[in-house]
Amino acid sequence: MKIASKVYTAFLFLFLYAPIVVLVVFSFNASSTRTMWGGFSMRWYEKLVQDQMLLLALRNTLLIAVISAALATALGTVAAIGINAYKGIARKMIMNVTKFPMVNPEIVTGVSMMLLFVFATRLFGDSSLGMGSLIIAHTTFCLPYVVLSVMPKLNQMDSHLYEAAQDLGCPPVCAFFKVVFPEIMPGIVTGLIMAFTLSIDDFVISYFTSGTTQTLPIYIYSMTRKRISPEINALSTVLFGVILLLLLVINLRKTKDKKAEVEK
Amino acid sequence: MKSKTASYPYLIWTTLFIVVPMAMVVFFAFTDQSGAFTLQNLSTVGRYSNVFVRSIWLGAIATAISLVLGYPLAYTIAQGTERRQNVMIMLVMLPMWMNFLLRTYAWMTLLEDNGLLNNALAAIGLGRIHMINTQGAVVLGMIYNYIPYMILPIYSVLTKIDQSIIEAAQDLGADQKRVFLRVVFPMSIPGVISGITMVFVPAVSTFIISKMLGGGGNLLIGDLIDMQFLGSAYNPNLGSAISLVLMVLILICMGIMNQFDDGENEKGGLMI
Repeated sequence: MKIASKVYTAFLFLFLYAPIVVLVVFSFNASSTRTMWGGFSMRWYEKLVQDQMLLLALRNTLLIAVISAALATALGTVAAIGINAYKGIARKMIMNVTKFPMVNPEIVTGVSMMLLFVFATRLFGDSSLGMGSLIIAHTTFCLPYVVLSVMPKLNQMDSHLYEAAQDLGCPPVCAFFKVVFPEIMPGIVTGLIMAFTLSIDDFVISYFTSGTTQTLPIYIYSMTRKRISPEINALSTVLFGVILLLLLVINLRKTKDKKAEVEK
Repeated sequence: MKSKTASYPYLIWTTLFIVVPMAMVVFFAFTDQSGAFTLQNLSTVGRYSNVFVRSIWLGAIATAISLVLGYPLAYTIAQGTERRQNVMIMLVMLPMWMNFLLRTYAWMTLLEDNGLLNNALAAIGLGRIHMINTQGAVVLGMIYNYIPYMILPIYSVLTKIDQSIIEAAQDLGADQKRVFLRVVFPMSIPGVISGITMVFVPAVSTFIISKMLGGGGNLLIGDLIDMQFLGSAYNPNLGSAISLVLMVLILICMGIMNQFDDGENEKGGLMI
């Protein structure tokens, strides 16, 4: 790389990482101001571990992410197979509706679901917004990502394989699990991972559909509203560390797989 | 394996939780509190035209700067060896894995009047500058949060360009500048288009960035909607009308952008 582009790249990465570095450094700050350094301390981490609300929010977030990612993956995979059977205009229309939540501003998706849920609670009385509505909302906005990551795998697949399996005496259900399923597996896994991360990270749609239930992003939001809460720095650092670790593990495994492939 | 029935559960789900809610937005937008038809809400939206103009203006600036800053980086990354490319792309994506509320919060710390940047400016003898709660801070927040969405699709298009086409252009006597302007850039347009939409849509409809970095004085469309549904000004009918207008605006923008694109618009390289 030429010097100019090196400098430029360094500048942009500085821009991308400076705020994160600041958060990490100040999470070890002993003083409770946000910008004055008062010595090294772990007090914000200690506070974090004792924060019952936070732990509850974390539990909710993980629970919602697991359930809605699983639900979206199951529903989306089956849907992709079904949609694949459509041709022409019907297919185009279904795909447009599928892509709609990806294109539509998140805030509009959020308020539209809020309208529905508020209406439903009036209709059915007792239940109010909370885990149920959050799981439905998260499943809904994760679905298109699952469908769109499974569809290409289905299209790539040779449809004769499925017929061949049946010719060889495999009933349709068995043929599906023995032939189709392994073929589209990479798409399903990608969809599942995407759904899971999208769900964990979502704030906007949860904000409108959560009622009084706290998820981690909603809790973070209420922390930022308090203006001064160095706990947030500690939380960011922990989350960033976890992400970094996960990515490293995934990458190491990938390179291992590659090496294994080469050795074969 | 041609069974449409498999799609029915999904179609029912989508109808219930996408189509019906959207229909409700439209219904609320055209009715008053008692449920009677009215155009009052939509005409009230007109009163907030300054907010719409501000949102679109700030979103457009943020998108333009993201493009100008992001394109060269995507280009530089695409030039590197495969190993280098993977590392750099990972570095671009890493901040995105951190919740955007935290990223925006970090900028609050930096931009405040007594914040780190101002302290640094004061320390080297330059005066303090008022940065937080300005439109500039909002634009900065938008760029910071969404620039990876500009870099990634452009990068993924650039790496797919057939090297032999570039060599052919060079063989035919084009210098570096000409190769870029006549071959590389035109071929990267689909990436630029999806980058622009992926930055512009969230930037225009954000309400967190403006709240955290713009103070109270720089309301955007998103804040307006938030106020009608969860804020002090509770009025879902007006909120629906604003949402409807925002949605139509975005869809028109996307329609225009797609005119420049030849179909196959994959949301390039969003994951891993």
